[in-house]
Amino acid sequence: MVTALRTQGLKSALAGPFDVSVEHGCCIGITGPSGAGKSLFLRMIADLDPNEGEVWLDGKPRSGFAAPAWRRQVVYVPAESGWWADAIAAHFRKDQLGQAQALAERLGLPAGILGEQVSRLSTGERQRLSLIRALTAASPVLLLDEPTSALDQAGVERIEAILRERMAAGVAVVLVTHDPVQAMRLADQRFTMAAGRLEAAA
Amino acid sequence: MNTVISLTPRDLLVASSLIVLDAILSLVLQLNLHRQIVIASLRMVLQLLLIGYVLKLIFALNNPAVTLLLILIMVLIAARETAARPERRFKGWTTLGIGAASVASATLITALFALTTALRPHPWYAPRYAVPLAGILLGNILNATSLSLDSLLGSIARERPAVEARLTLGATYWEAATPFVRGAIRRGLVPIINQMSASGVVTLPGIMTGQILAGLDPMEAVKYQILLMFLLSGGSGLAAAGAAYLAAWGLTDDRQRLRLDRLAQARAG
Repeated sequence: MVTALRTQGLKSALAGPFDVSVEHGCCIGITGPSGAGKSLFLRMIADLDPNEGEVWLDGKPRSGFAAPAWRRQVVYVPAESGWWADAIAAHFRKDQLGQAQALAERLGLPAGILGEQVSRLSTGERQRLSLIRALTAASPVLLLDEPTSALDQAGVERIEAILRERMAAGVAVVLVTHDPVQAMRLADQRFTMAAGRLEAAA
Repeated sequence: MNTVISLTPRDLLVASSLIVLDAILSLVLQLNLHRQIVIASLRMVLQLLLIGYVLKLIFALNNPAVTLLLILIMVLIAARETAARPERRFKGWTTLGIGAASVASATLITALFALTTALRPHPWYAPRYAVPLAGILLGNILNATSLSLDSLLGSIARERPAVEARLTLGATYWEAATPFVRGAIRRGLVPIINQMSASGVVTLPGIMTGQILAGLDPMEAVKYQILLMFLLSGGSGLAAAGAAYLAAWGLTDDRQRLRLDRLAQARAG
């Protein structure tokens, strides 16, 4: 099977170069101190910041994709979620609302939360809904930046269960987390980021 | 109908006693404004006398190249003002370039339109019409451009997570940026809409008042004012839209990223 995601010489003025591979159904976990370049690495893969080098999705180079098409396949979920409308439902396609509602219930969000206003959400609710928004896109690759930082233990377990399901279905995950134990639970391969460089974790 | 009451220097001197009154008020109430009042009124008198002589000279020359040169200088000064206003600005000269392009194209298009349709002086570039027309257009276009620029750059910089959330889900840059472009154009058009709805009721527009004081029949003055308002709203719309689209375009690249790194650091405070 072709490697799901591969980077080669991926770098910017602030971080890199990065050469990593993620197979289908696998997860690589990245830990490291704040400001080490973990988010920059994910942003570079998603092509949100200027960068050099190449990234392949299923063997196809990123340079052959239009940028929006690439980001639909390689979906980045930032630590700070962004909302462009007042109503939560406006952030989902109409045909995705049912799936989003089902995921919301599995993640322990109140029934009918999709009918609420964004301004009434707590930080943890925003975090879960932004992940749901990305999951409904059904992309082959997920780049997750601290997806459970605002959640309690039960919330963390629910998210990890859904991520395991997605991985079992072939989704490749790059997970940035401040919690080394979470990296051990989910990741097939672990790295630490320090001063803009990745090192394989012991 | 031209019953102009010509003002003598003595008339102006008498009127200037009101400035002296302001200065005395400042001294007595310790407003600490008397220096500024004196300097500002001296500047006003000198600048207006100077432009009076320049206009007299240029009307006498009646040379299209000289007229165009004067208008271009006015455009450049206006562009500099628009570029200085926004709280967030591009690094380097980009903000000035956007201001100049929006102000210049909106002013020239609107002025040429007026000079070749409604006004039609002979010749059409006669400085007596072209220069004051460009002047009043520039004042309003400057306002619309700087409000539009300030709104666009400020709102996109503030709403970066929202813009990037759309990008990460595969939206094009223009899908993500268009709401902010719209908001910026709206903001640029608000003053002229206010001006139109208030004119004649809340305020007597300055130009019209000046014409009436100078002896023009009120209905003639009103017709001019209506024409001007149409020109001003057209010019403001062109300038606000031009500035918003150019600035939004300046914030992206060939990979449809949001390039806030192209903005200078926000000013403190």
